Amino acid sequence: MTLLSLHNIRKSFGAVDVLHGVDLSVAAGEVVGLVGDNGAGKSTLMKTITGIYQADTGSIEFDGKDILALDPGQRRRLGIEMIYQDLSLAKQQDVASNIFLGREPTKRLLGLFPGFVDKAEMDRQASRMIERLGAHLPSINRSVGSFSGGQQQTVAIARALTFNPKLVIMDEPTAALAVREVQSVLDLIRRLKSEGIAVILISHRLNDVLSVTDRIVVLRHGRADADLVTARTNMNEVVSRIVGGGDTAAAAAHEQRG
Amino acid sequence: MALETAQPGLWARVQRASVERLHIRLESLLVLVLLSTAMALLSPFFLSLSNFLNILLATSTIGVLAIAATFVIGSGGLDLSLGSVMGLAGVAGAYVAVNLGWPSVFAVIACVLAGAIAGYINGQLVTRAFVPAFIVTLGMLGLARGLALVISQGRAIYGLPPEIVYIGQGRPLGIPMPVIIFVLTAIVAHTVLAYTRFGRHTLALGDSEGAARAAGIRVEQHRRIIYTLSGALAGLAGLLFTARVNAGDPTAGINYELTAITAAIIGGTNLFGGRASILGTMIGALIMGVLQNGLTLLAVQSYYQQMAIGAVLILAVFIDQYQVRKESRV
Repeated sequence: MTLLSLHNIRKSFGAVDVLHGVDLSVAAGEVVGLVGDNGAGKSTLMKTITGIYQADTGSIEFDGKDILALDPGQRRRLGIEMIYQDLSLAKQQDVASNIFLGREPTKRLLGLFPGFVDKAEMDRQASRMIERLGAHLPSINRSVGSFSGGQQQTVAIARALTFNPKLVIMDEPTAALAVREVQSVLDLIRRLKSEGIAVILISHRLNDVLSVTDRIVVLRHGRADADLVTARTNMNEVVSRIVGGGDTAAAAAHEQRG
Repeated sequence: MALETAQPGLWARVQRASVERLHIRLESLLVLVLLSTAMALLSPFFLSLSNFLNILLATSTIGVLAIAATFVIGSGGLDLSLGSVMGLAGVAGAYVAVNLGWPSVFAVIACVLAGAIAGYINGQLVTRAFVPAFIVTLGMLGLARGLALVISQGRAIYGLPPEIVYIGQGRPLGIPMPVIIFVLTAIVAHTVLAYTRFGRHTLALGDSEGAARAAGIRVEQHRRIIYTLSGALAGLAGLLFTARVNAGDPTAGINYELTAITAAIIGGTNLFGGRASILGTMIGALIMGVLQNGLTLLAVQSYYQQMAIGAVLILAVFIDQYQVRKESRV
């Protein structure tokens, strides 16, 4: 079942054409890698999906609805969630505060005064979400800034899950992580997939993309240049599609080592 | 992903628990106890109920200002105009009561309202005109002080009605009124900062404006409320001071922002926002109060007291930054 389908998306900023008619589809529960060189239009494409940018022409359907005219808030309510590379975490606050920031559950103090944050309930729900992701954090009451990069990523994903998304877009989630941490983030992506949540993974780390995705879409000069099934492709082919011919053997060998 | 580091020592664990549960830094409490012990050993007059109430009374004005500073700094802002706005508010209240001859309740309202308006202007300039808070409130420091001098024509306004004087000098059950008002204000402020969505959003905002915005918090509106609240609290401090000295003094509160900000920082407020607690600030304010009281009892010239406060401010920020750097290295 197709969850997201983009057809002939064009976007230009003034005289600069960034997207020249992109077609892309993502099925429910599918993990799609989006790769491409710097300037290929990955970020612009993602922002036209979340609604931060309006596409000039083309159509975007999500869950059977035309969402082209909707703003980011409306698209989020439909189930499109994006996790940015900087994670947008409040580093000095604890796990629950970050997960529920802006949507804190409240209770009445002494059964009288409304509007008090129900911290116990927040902590309980936060623990449950971290457990649901199969992750471990040193303590739920520590400030998020004291966690490792992968643990912070866990918090950001847990927060995204509170909106019950159908699609999560992740921008370079493994870029700044230690080797061991990369594996745990990839496990989190697999966990999302097993819960039926679709993931679009933007990454320069082709090893990660090859290990976790179902399909890989290569963006080149503002077009979806290749749509590869991960199980039937390899590093060489992906790299050659990204750089577009030429001496790809050396580049692929370099990636393989990395 | 379990990356448990080695078990931290007892002191570190108690420290963490006190921060997480009570919102206070253990170090500041320790400093308060040590300082009080030292003063008690040095001066025979220090340990007495009347001196204790004296310290609280002297701390009440600064304490209310420090609460304002805690909210503003915790939200990632800065308010250098606290002392001047306090002076302006006191003069405004005295003018309404004495020169206009209106009932005392209007004088009380005038104090808080004058402060709130000054704070509202600060907030508007910071969020709409994009002038840095440092400059806006530094400008307001001059503006409010000047206006206080203009309204009072440079002279203190005497002859306040007895109801106002009672706010500053009354002692129900032997406890000075300013102390009662200060403690009540602190309790409300602590509840708001630690347990309400407003308080949590304030700290999140000071922590990462981007994260707060992404979470749907209306950042600019929140900042305007914080600055208005800060001004209103400075107005309340102006009322307490004016009532206590029984005069609307246009020079009241000079340099008070220095002491108030110092109290907030000693109490564990992060200078760059994101971490703050009213309980901590209360300890900080008491440290400043004990320091000033003790130095006075020891007959140290007030000029040196001023120097001591400045030195304590720099020292407190140094220790805080040192700890932050140490923690981030782990």
